[in-house]
Amino acid sequence: MDVLDLARWQFGITTVYHFLMVPLTIGLSLLVAGMQTAWVRTGDRKYLAMTKFWGKLLLINFAMGVVTGIVQEFQFGMTWSAYSRFVGDVFGAPLAMEGLVAFFVESTFLGLWIFGWDRLPKKAHLACVWAFSLATMASAYFILAANSWMQHPVGVELVDGRARLTSIWEVLGNNTVLAAFPHTIFGAFAVAASFLVGIAAWHLWRHTDEGPVWRASVKVGTWVGVVAFTGLAISGDQQAKLMFEQQPMKMAAAEALCHTESPAAFSVFAIGDVTRPDCENVKSITVPALLSFLAHNDFTTEVKGIEELIPQYQEKYGANYPVDPRLGELSGMPIDYVPNLPVTYWGFRLMIGFGAIAVGAGLVIQWLVRGGRVPRGRWFKWLTLGSVATPFLGNSFGWIFTEMGRQPFVVVPNPGGVDGVWMFTARAVSSSTPGEVLTSLVALTLVYGVLACVEVFLIRRYVRAGIAGVLPDDKSGSDEDARSEADDVLSFAY
Amino acid sequence: METFWFCVIALLWLGYLFLEGFDFGVGMLLPVLGRSDDERRVLINTIGPVWDGNEVWLLVAVGATFAAFPAWYAALLSSVYLPLVLFLLALIGRGVAFEYRGKVDSARWRRVWDAVIVAGSWTAALGVGLLLSATVFGMPLDAAGDRVGSPFASIRWETLLGAVAVAGYAFVHGAVFLSLKTEGEVRERARALALRVAPFALLPLLVLLLTVQLRFGSTWTWGASIVVALAAFGAYGRLVLRREGQAFALMGVTVAAAVAALFGALYPDVLPSTLDPAWSLTVAGAASSPYTLTVMTWVAAFGTPAVLVYQGWTYWVFRKRVGTRHIPRVHVP
Ligand code: HDD
Ligand code: HEM
Ligand code: HEM
Repeated sequence: MDVLDLARWQFGITTVYHFLMVPLTIGLSLLVAGMQTAWVRTGDRKYLAMTKFWGKLLLINFAMGVVTGIVQEFQFGMTWSAYSRFVGDVFGAPLAMEGLVAFFVESTFLGLWIFGWDRLPKKAHLACVWAFSLATMASAYFILAANSWMQHPVGVELVDGRARLTSIWEVLGNNTVLAAFPHTIFGAFAVAASFLVGIAAWHLWRHTDEGPVWRASVKVGTWVGVVAFTGLAISGDQQAKLMFEQQPMKMAAAEALCHTESPAAFSVFAIGDVTRPDCENVKSITVPALLSFLAHNDFTTEVKGIEELIPQYQEKYGANYPVDPRLGELSGMPIDYVPNLPVTYWGFRLMIGFGAIAVGAGLVIQWLVRGGRVPRGRWFKWLTLGSVATPFLGNSFGWIFTEMGRQPFVVVPNPGGVDGVWMFTARAVSSSTPGEVLTSLVALTLVYGVLACVEVFLIRRYVRAGIAGVLPDDKSGSDEDARSEADDVLSFAY
Repeated sequence: METFWFCVIALLWLGYLFLEGFDFGVGMLLPVLGRSDDERRVLINTIGPVWDGNEVWLLVAVGATFAAFPAWYAALLSSVYLPLVLFLLALIGRGVAFEYRGKVDSARWRRVWDAVIVAGSWTAALGVGLLLSATVFGMPLDAAGDRVGSPFASIRWETLLGAVAVAGYAFVHGAVFLSLKTEGEVRERARALALRVAPFALLPLLVLLLTVQLRFGSTWTWGASIVVALAAFGAYGRLVLRREGQAFALMGVTVAAAVAALFGALYPDVLPSTLDPAWSLTVAGAASSPYTLTVMTWVAAFGTPAVLVYQGWTYWVFRKRVGTRHIPRVHVP
């Protein structure tokens, strides 16, 4: 494998892995903040128990989010140095803002929240968890603005072969990020919702104590899940319309749509081989005209197929890569404008499918446990645990689709203007040796694998222990006056 | 404007070295000063609420370099590749270890994570030193800013000296910090240890500065280097007199002057090429456009004071000394 392939594998693995922790942190932190607010307002012990239990799981997950994020911050320079030089003027700014505005708040207030139980006044302590939670959203906004700029570069001009920023407001207000941000945040809530429903329903099934805590958690989770899925569908539709304008090839690839159709049908399921851009021997179950609606809000719009798009792309962006030793084997070769079709086609369907399963499972579980009922069978246990996994998968497939669908570009050309600001992935990579990238790829993957085992082990342990694991003597939180001076230094310790 | 941002980045590194410096030191000292599990927990909890916030200084230093000097960011990180991988793995291990160490009540579990903390703290401190000295002494870069030559080009006696210098500084800084933040026996041990090792552990830093000055120095960076030596002596003297707070502050002056001397000697380069001075990356050549720098200046002007205020508040909330009597019982499933 050459440096390009290795670097892509490394970036893909590390980012998808990072994004397993990210949505849970974002979604759960806001829900925990809500639970703690309910406790501060009502004084009901049930809410305290919820805050402590879900908060502990949040912390275990957060630690992994932080350490995997650090790697991301360095990777652009390490493996994508040509890319970093090309876009640094634009791309570094949101990244630096994320650090300065969001990460500092996140990490500082989380420290205050963890160690501040019973040390800070209740309201101030509550404010800490809110500050933390809102900062995770702010960080998501900045990083998605950076990512959306790669999908749709705006606010720049080409100067001396490099993208130069002309308006930061255009970058931060890019219509692509305005659609991607709600989509990603709703995706995060879908994850947190299923997490609540699945784990709490499993406790109900085991008949552990604290029934009211688990019932309340299932209820919150189910409704958050329904809202999240609705939000995902609406914002996803918005994104599809932008994609139709901004990245027609990705749109065609999402559908494995080989020939232009008008009106275009939405393929629900394909049988056969979707690898080939000419769609020989593919049979597909379709919904007539739905794709036209996704693309342009009416049932007649023409959607371009891959075969028609290829010559258009070749005309605009060249038929062959330039002759350049840095491109290695690709130097002077024809450019393949078609993304990996099985991945984009199935990625898109799996994203939607797993999301739909998640919300469906949530509703079924809520119905099964209504009014104090609890199903007995072992199947219920598998239903609860399985439902936790589904939105994680939906999110991963969403990203895999988005990122692979923009190949061969790393910065996709903006068809509506901004001349010349685009970049092929093949040109973006560092001039490192394959050995270096292979070393880091293997080392990071191994360490991430080990850490995944540790995290799952810990989460399982705390999930099993239930409320007793986090509220041992049933009194903490209500015995402030009994504390001695010594206790005042640390009410929590690692 | 470019020069201003060069100074901002130097300041961010200073914040990082000063704050995370003692985190690293505490990690390195874990097996030395923590004789029982409770004592080790005392050590870890002196930095418990703050280490993550301290680490963000690194992320912002790196992110700001990306935004303000993309060519510097790209050339430095891609050319010091393998040591950086090790550095990142060390940061990963440390971060997870702090969070997970106390989550299971088993001596074996804690021993494993303690080992990760110690190894991670040493490796990370050495790594920072190597990275910073690689940027000061330069790398074999070609005209495009790409490294020519072996993946180990960043490993030379100068950069190894830099690595040891930062590790030695962190070791002492951590001990001074612990003498300020703990009580009882741990405090006494930390102070005694700092007094015993400081003369040796700070030596590499002084040698490093001397080397840099002889090679790139100007009058004022010589001045800064002298301040480093004086402040280090001062810190020692204050510690002898049991003025731990003042000693800690003087350690801050030491590292501030050291950063000034190093970055002052580097300026106007940001990453010299050891092959041909014409290929060196300079402040002017590596910088982003004036517009980007203006945007960043506004962000920094509003962001930085806020960060200083709420991070300062955290240190105020957790200002008390920690001792074994404060360590709560273990309550984990
Ligand atoms: C949509 C959201 C999102 C996306 C696409 C990414 N991240 Fe992330 N990141 C977060 C949302 C987030 C977060 C929610 O803010 C995290 C997750 C858990 C956490 O600790 O904060 C975080 C943590 C986190 C940290 C540690 C912060 C700390 O120490 O507190 C860094 C350095 C990064 N990320 C950097 C990146 C980079 C360079 C990415 C691009 C490839 C990236 N993240 C993708
Ligand atoms: C701001 C956020 C992000 C940026 C700037 C970014 C940037 C990049 C870059 C530079 C590459 C390498 C070029 C390539 O191979 O395509 C890449 C690839 C990739 N990214 Fe992202 N990415 C971001 C977020 C994400 C997230 C959150 C995920 C998923 C969790 C993700 C998934 C992937 C995948 C799967 C690849 C590999 C694609 C391939 O090999 O074809 N990305 N991305
Ligand atoms: C219900 C209908 C849905 C539609 C119509 C939809 C549509 C889309 C589209 C068009 C994109 C690509 C945007 C682009 O590349 O420009 C996308 C990306 C994505 N989707 Fe969905 N989606 C849906 C459901 C879901 C669900 C249920 C999840 C997660 C559980 C999800 C998670 C994601 C993620 C993480 C991305 C990548 C990040 C982004 O670009 O915002 N989506 N979606």
